[in-house]
Amino acid sequence: MRTPPATGQPIAILAATRRDSNMTNAIEVHDLRKTFKGKREVRALDGVSFAVQEGTVFGLLGPNGSGKTTAVRVLTTILRADSGTATVLGYDVQKKAALVRTLIGLAGQYAAVDENLTGRENLQMVGNLNHLPRDVVAKRAVELLTQFNLSDAGDRPLKTYSGGMRRRLDLAAALVAHPTVLFLDEPTTGLDPQSRNDLWEVIERLVGGGTTVLLTTQYLEEADRLASTLAVIDHGRVIAEGTPESMKADLGATVLEVGLASIDDAARTGTVLDTLGPHAALVNGTLAEVTVDNGPQAAMIALRALDAEGIAPQTFNLREPSLDDVFLSLTGHRSEAEDAAVDDTGDPDSRRRRRKRRTEQLEQALPVATGELA
Amino acid sequence: MTTATLNPPVPAAAHSSGPMSNLRWLLSDTATLTRRNLLAVTRIPEALFFSTVQPIMFVLLFRYVFGGAIHTDATSYVNYLMPGIFVQTVAFGSVSTSIGLAEDLQKGLIERFRALPMSRGAVLLGRTTADLIRNIFVIVVMTVVGLLVGFRPTTGVISYIGGVLLILFFAYALSWGFAIVGLSAPNSETAQVMSFPLIFPLTFISAAFVPLSSMPSWLRGFATYQPFSVTVSACRSLMVGAASTGTGKSTEFWLWQSLAWTVVLLAVFIPLAIRKYRTRT
Repeated sequence: MRTPPATGQPIAILAATRRDSNMTNAIEVHDLRKTFKGKREVRALDGVSFAVQEGTVFGLLGPNGSGKTTAVRVLTTILRADSGTATVLGYDVQKKAALVRTLIGLAGQYAAVDENLTGRENLQMVGNLNHLPRDVVAKRAVELLTQFNLSDAGDRPLKTYSGGMRRRLDLAAALVAHPTVLFLDEPTTGLDPQSRNDLWEVIERLVGGGTTVLLTTQYLEEADRLASTLAVIDHGRVIAEGTPESMKADLGATVLEVGLASIDDAARTGTVLDTLGPHAALVNGTLAEVTVDNGPQAAMIALRALDAEGIAPQTFNLREPSLDDVFLSLTGHRSEAEDAAVDDTGDPDSRRRRRKRRTEQLEQALPVATGELA
Repeated sequence: MTTATLNPPVPAAAHSSGPMSNLRWLLSDTATLTRRNLLAVTRIPEALFFSTVQPIMFVLLFRYVFGGAIHTDATSYVNYLMPGIFVQTVAFGSVSTSIGLAEDLQKGLIERFRALPMSRGAVLLGRTTADLIRNIFVIVVMTVVGLLVGFRPTTGVISYIGGVLLILFFAYALSWGFAIVGLSAPNSETAQVMSFPLIFPLTFISAAFVPLSSMPSWLRGFATYQPFSVTVSACRSLMVGAASTGTGKSTEFWLWQSLAWTVVLLAVFIPLAIRKYRTRT
């Protein structure tokens, strides 16, 4: 397990929900700990605490393996924590698990729907297992199929569904019993931009109806769009909490990214970018980047300075901050756990390859955010 | 931090408890999941086709290719063979319990089930019950195939049905055993790979296809009294008469042996499967 370097002092953004004792919390989590024993011990939750106000959307933001899913599994009674407490609507998720299950809905990142059944049959199965009366189950299935734009596909087996349709059905299944609290574990991971947008609209409508939602995501854009409060989680710990606005304001609005012909040039460019603003530049292989507040202005200054130094950039991009940038800013380290394993080799080539892969992953995930602006 | 003091609406049906209501929900949830598992079988006709084609091929292979070289004294070889084929078919079929459960785990369905206010035991009961019902269908098909290739039961309908019930009971116990395999496997492919080495020796080092007397003496003890074999011998006795086993033992002897094995297997497998289901994270 890698600990954040001392330089990466977490930025303390105090959560309004914690201090305001007049608000009612739908979810309260206090000092939750969970360690998975195995060949390698994984401390998935290392003292997580947060609270979710009733009727709001709370975003749990973090990279793969940060503990988001483990937190959701504890809250949805699937997994027992080693220590700490978690309550949903005031009920302890371990002591009152059976009751909590009647109040919550869960939609997961793996779209847990039955491939061999039709959409309608899936919803009816979940309705029956929720112990709703038969006539209610049938009516509810029709309602949800209509609401999620699946009426035409309702009696087709899932094999014919697209990824987006499956996710919609998965979400519909989570809503069969009118849950008071809804858990969405990476609801759009792996979806194309159009399907993602559709799903966001569905979730927004839902929240309008007063449902409390806990959403986990790897995407800053998603958290920004849906959540009113965010907690950033890393290595099983909450490292920052606040509104999306406050986080972005803290982070800087834009990332300026310059690709160079050589590692040498990249290092020199890093020095130039350092002069731009409050944030330190990062050099990774032949890439140099920095977070800036005013993108176009910073770009002009940077280009002039690079020209003066006689450095010719290969690529020059302005992009929106990614989760990676949030992490870099909050913790001083990159979000991917695998970096820790290979960083020690110091091989610039392998770092570049990783960088390339990460960029590709991001481009898949965030075509808008990583698109070239300059 | 405040503790929320809320009185959220609690669905009346889901919240009622007590032993009677718990049992009612267990049965209702088991029925829901059994139905779901059987629907899956009808939706993948290929799977059902292959699970009947393979045993049919075994019938043809042993009846017409190997059969001529296998000598049975008390009855025709096809009469000797078919009870063995029945038990082999349901035993191979019980592997699907492990594959089905591993698939549900892999796809996150069991994760969803765990977050629902349903009976905890219904996932395993629904799976094993569906496999039991599928086995009834398979045995009916295999009986017809047997009759077509010359299988002639000699002991009457009641006794024949007794034999079928014995097979189903035994297969049900095996399903629970393979539930453990399915819950232990990381994915459905591995579940399948893990299952066959367990089932192969039991089916082939047995009384299913060849007379026990043809085996070397060091193998004969195991081949005669292992659970699969005693069930084959019991079915053979019930379907075509005790003499056909060529062992000199009575129908009752094999029947009790088979029932005892099956009960022991159930007593071991069910608690282990439930424990595995509870602890699998």
